[in-house]
Formats: sequence, C-alpha cells, structure tokens
Amino acid sequence: MDFEFTEEQLMIRDAARDFAQRDLIRDVLERDAGSIYPTEHVKKLAELGFLGMLVSPEYDGGGMDTISYVLAMEEISKVDASVSVIMSVNNSLVCYGIEAYGTEEQKQKYLKPLARGEKTGAFLLSEPEAGSDATSQRTTAEDKGDHYLLNGTKNWITNGNTAGTYLVIAQTHPDKKHKGINCLIVDRHSPGISVGPHEDKMGMRSSDTHSVMFTDVIVPKENRFGEDGFGFTFAMKTLEGGRIGIASQALGLASGAFERAVKYAKERKAFGTEIANHQAIAFKLADMAVKIENARNLCLKAAWLKDNSKPYGVASAMAKYYAAEIAMDVTTQAVQIHGGYGYVKEYHVERLMREAKLTQIYEGTSEIQQIVISRDILK
Amino acid sequence: MKILVCISNVPDTTTKIKLSADSKSVDTSGIQWVINPWDELALTRALELKETTGGAIEKVTVATVGTAEVEPTLRKALAIGADDAFRVDINPQDAYQVAAELTGLIKANPYDIILCGIESSDYNGSAVGGMLAELLGIASVSSVSSLSVVNGEVQLTREIDGGKETMVSSLPFTAIVQKGISLEPRIPSMRGIMTARAKPLQVVPSFGTESLTLISGFKLPAPKAACHIVDGENVKDLIRLLHEEAKVI
Repeated sequence: MDFEFTEEQLMIRDAARDFAQRDLIRDVLERDAGSIYPTEHVKKLAELGFLGMLVSPEYDGGGMDTISYVLAMEEISKVDASVSVIMSVNNSLVCYGIEAYGTEEQKQKYLKPLARGEKTGAFLLSEPEAGSDATSQRTTAEDKGDHYLLNGTKNWITNGNTAGTYLVIAQTHPDKKHKGINCLIVDRHSPGISVGPHEDKMGMRSSDTHSVMFTDVIVPKENRFGEDGFGFTFAMKTLEGGRIGIASQALGLASGAFERAVKYAKERKAFGTEIANHQAIAFKLADMAVKIENARNLCLKAAWLKDNSKPYGVASAMAKYYAAEIAMDVTTQAVQIHGGYGYVKEYHVERLMREAKLTQIYEGTSEIQQIVISRDILK
Repeated sequence: MKILVCISNVPDTTTKIKLSADSKSVDTSGIQWVINPWDELALTRALELKETTGGAIEKVTVATVGTAEVEPTLRKALAIGADDAFRVDINPQDAYQVAAELTGLIKANPYDIILCGIESSDYNGSAVGGMLAELLGIASVSSVSSLSVVNGEVQLTREIDGGKETMVSSLPFTAIVQKGISLEPRIPSMRGIMTARAKPLQVVPSFGTESLTLISGFKLPAPKAACHIVDGENVKDLIRLLHEEAKVI
C-alpha cells in the first residue's frame, strides 16, 4: 500500500489550488450574492484542461487519473463549489458517460468538444416527480423508426442553460418500466427545447441550474447509448463515477471551511488568549480534522479502485455519503468557531455551509447512498 | 534567439521558517518548494515572447543548480511551457557558486538572452544575475520591468529613480528582472503537465566550483508583539502603556 502521491498528481493539485486561490477567490462573494454564472472562470477551466481532465488524450482530454481529479476537485471546492460542480458534471457524468458507453462516432462528434471545454455538458435525469426514484421517468422518447420524439420536463439541471450537449434520460417502453428507459445525446439548441428560469438556490448560487422542457424534439437514433432499453443502467453506472466528483466537492467544502476555522482560531482572542488555546475550540478542530481525513481517504480509495478497473460503486457511495455528511457538520462547526463573524458573508464559512447542504441532496441523496451501501451489505 | 531562464528552488512564500539545532541551516522538513516568484514571472515573459514574436524566439530553456530534490520545480517549469531543462548537479553553498556553475553551463550551451529574477525569495541575495553576467563577460541590465522584441531588436525598460529608462542591448545579455516583467505567473495546464513527461531534463555534472562564503549562523526575527487595543477615550491608559510597557515615551 502506498499513500504517496506522484509528482504529477501533486502538480495537478497545485495547479487547481493556484487557480482557486488566485482567480476564483477574487469574485466568489459577488457571484454568490448575484447568482452570476462564472463565464470567464469556466473559460479558464477549459484552457487549463480541467473540464476534460479525465478524458483520454485520444479524444482531446487530459488523460489524468481519478486520484488527480479528487485532488483538483477538493482544491477548487475549497473556494467555489459553484465552479467545481460545473467541472464535476462535465467530467464525471457527461464526458465519462460518452467515453465509457458511446460509439466512436458519438465520441468524435460530442466528446471531443466537451473534453476541450469548447462546450459544457448537462446530465438530465431528475424530473419534477422523479428525483431519487429515477425509475419513474415521465419524459418520453417515442420510437419513430429512424428517430426518437422527445417530450417532457427535467428539473434541477446543472449547466441547464449554458450546456451545449445534453444527455437525456427518457422512457421509450413504459410497460418495461426501467428496462424501457433510454439515454439520448441531445443538442441543446434543437428545435422544441425551452429552458426555465435560473433557480434561485440556497447555495452554489452561481452555478447554472434550470428546468428544461422538451416538446416534440427530434433526436436521431444514432444518438442513443447502447441497445434499446440501456438508459437506466447507463445512468446508474455513470452516477457511480459522478459520486466520486461530488464526494470530493464535499471534502473540499469541509477542508476549505476547516482551513479558515484554524486560521481564525489562531488569531481571534478571548479571555486573554487565542481561542485555539481553549480546549472547547481545540477539540472541535481535532474532530473536524479526523472527519476530513476519513472523507479524503474514502474519496481516494474510490478513485484508486476506479483507476485500477475494480468495482467502485459501493466505495463511491460510501465516499459520497460520508463526505457530504461531514461537510455539513464541519462547515457548521466552522461557522460556530467564527461566532458572529461566521454568520456574515465576508468570512466565507456561511457560504461553504450553504453549499455543503446540497452535497447531501444531489447526485444521489445521503439516503440513496445508504440504500446502495446497505443493499451491498445485505445481499 | 534562444532564452535561458535561471530558476531558483525556494520554499513556498507562506512557509514558517524553522532553523536546524545549530542554527547554521534552515530545517527543510515539511517545506513545499516552488519556483522563485521572480523567476516564474521571467519564465512567463519568455514564453509570451516565444508565442508572440513569430519565430524570433527559437527556444526557452530553464536551468537550476541543485540536487535531484529540485527536479519537481524544473518539471513544473516544463509543464508551464519551457522546452527543455538543465540541472547542474551540486548543492550550492552561496550565490557565487550558483553563478559560477551556471557560467560553466552557459559556456558549454550558449544562449542569447539570459533571464534571472532580481532576487530569490529565500536568501534575498540579489547577487546571482550580476555575478553571472560578469563571469560570462556579457552585458547585464538590472531592474528590468519590460522586455520585448521589436523588429528583431530586444528592447528593455528599467525602473530608475523617478522614472523609466528604455534601452536596446546587443546579444548576448543578462536581464535581471523584477515584478512587472509579466502580469502573473502561468498555471500549468493538463496538457502541459502531460507533455512535460516527454521534455528533456538534462543533468550536468558540477563544473568543480567552490563557494566563497560560509554561513556562520541564522537568527529568526523576534515574534510579533501582541497588539493592545485601547479605547479612544482612555488616553491616560494609552500614555501609561506607551510609557510603562512599550517604553517609547
């Protein structure tokens, strides 16, 4: 067993850290306050190659391993989870899905621009009445011979308006239930697509979240993944990898808040000494550090399994479940350590706390992860 | 034209410096090493020139003097965009030794433009660039804040007291560059990190130089004194504290 990172992995971590601490920090508070999409930062993410870092160089990606991805996601999420979610969805849901299950034609046409960051992608699974219960898809992809006719509404779609490429999960054969579901690659600008207003969210406010409506949208048959009815399996398999991204994001929110809490505790004085010298605060910091270390190890273990082509579904569920739970806990404690200052926006920790909440909800709620883990234990 | 950027491997600028037990060296355990910030800006400008002068700059090389431990710093420079790298294999003991070793390297591998940061952020000696130019017997321009190639001619701007001085230099020359030479250092891209694997990093044996100085000891500055905040209306308290504690009145 080797706990050392390679020189290249450290270089990627440092590149992500420099980008976050130099660029993202400059306007993160304004973007959060105004729900402003980070257009320039996404452009830079693309230039640096982070948007397609996991994709093979053969398809214009960075060809980096999942360990490096965890390190980069953590560093970016320490400062701005609205940006890291764009990176996570593009890499581990959209690009991964196309690279793992797409045809050569699909990869040439859709994966390459996504890996280069010329376009971003969106993964359209959730519906107004189908969140955790992803088998109950109301969106339909009616088989019309040489094409599908897509109708329905998708909800909570990250990159919903800005994406150029959608991966849409829809029901083709309702009688076959989840075995009748397909996943289609859809051009965002196809006729019949309308995008709802920007969601006014609690956190991750500068990411681009919308509902998307499809009305008689024609999708060529060659845009389907795999055999007819493969869509549900496709979605579940792709989400396994997606969980590593969101787990690493939750980890970054926790470690970002922790770093701020440590700094503050060493500066702020009460009762004649720095508050870090009070056991009430020091022990809180110790507990936070242990939780973060555990979450990091779970993320890296899941990444290592994926990089070594071993099953990682349960490991990524454990990482996502635990990291999200401790992110909520650690960010809340960071606000507590900051006292009144923690409750004002200037000190960042309240924002990290608001953002942490979403990691318990999206890409599989904590309860869904508990189902995945417990089913594996009890099988 | 070929550009050589001399790179110094320094502790990250946020490092809390600790000394060895005998105070004759810095305890390097746990230190994160980075490219000296001024050298990183010099490298950025060299790459900008290569990209924007339509082939006038043929190659950008980086070089450092140090043991194998400094190689990650050189590979970062390659990931940022340098074409190749040299490491002179010796642990240098002072600025003269660095300059003398680089002199040996450059005599064997001539460059037209040699860029050095105005100082390194660890020892702050501000000595290597000037010594290097002298040992090579070439022109040296100090405090350079702008470097450009105009119609095949190299133009430099220096900061001088109360203004700026612009000059051209014959080749080869050494430019000792300061902040302003480029806006901010580049972050290596995934592609850069990937291609750095295949770029040449040549290790050259020492040229047998010796240091001229010996460090007899380091001393850390006194810790910052605690800050007393005195209420604006308590002038008497303020005067008493300035007299009795700060002892400045």
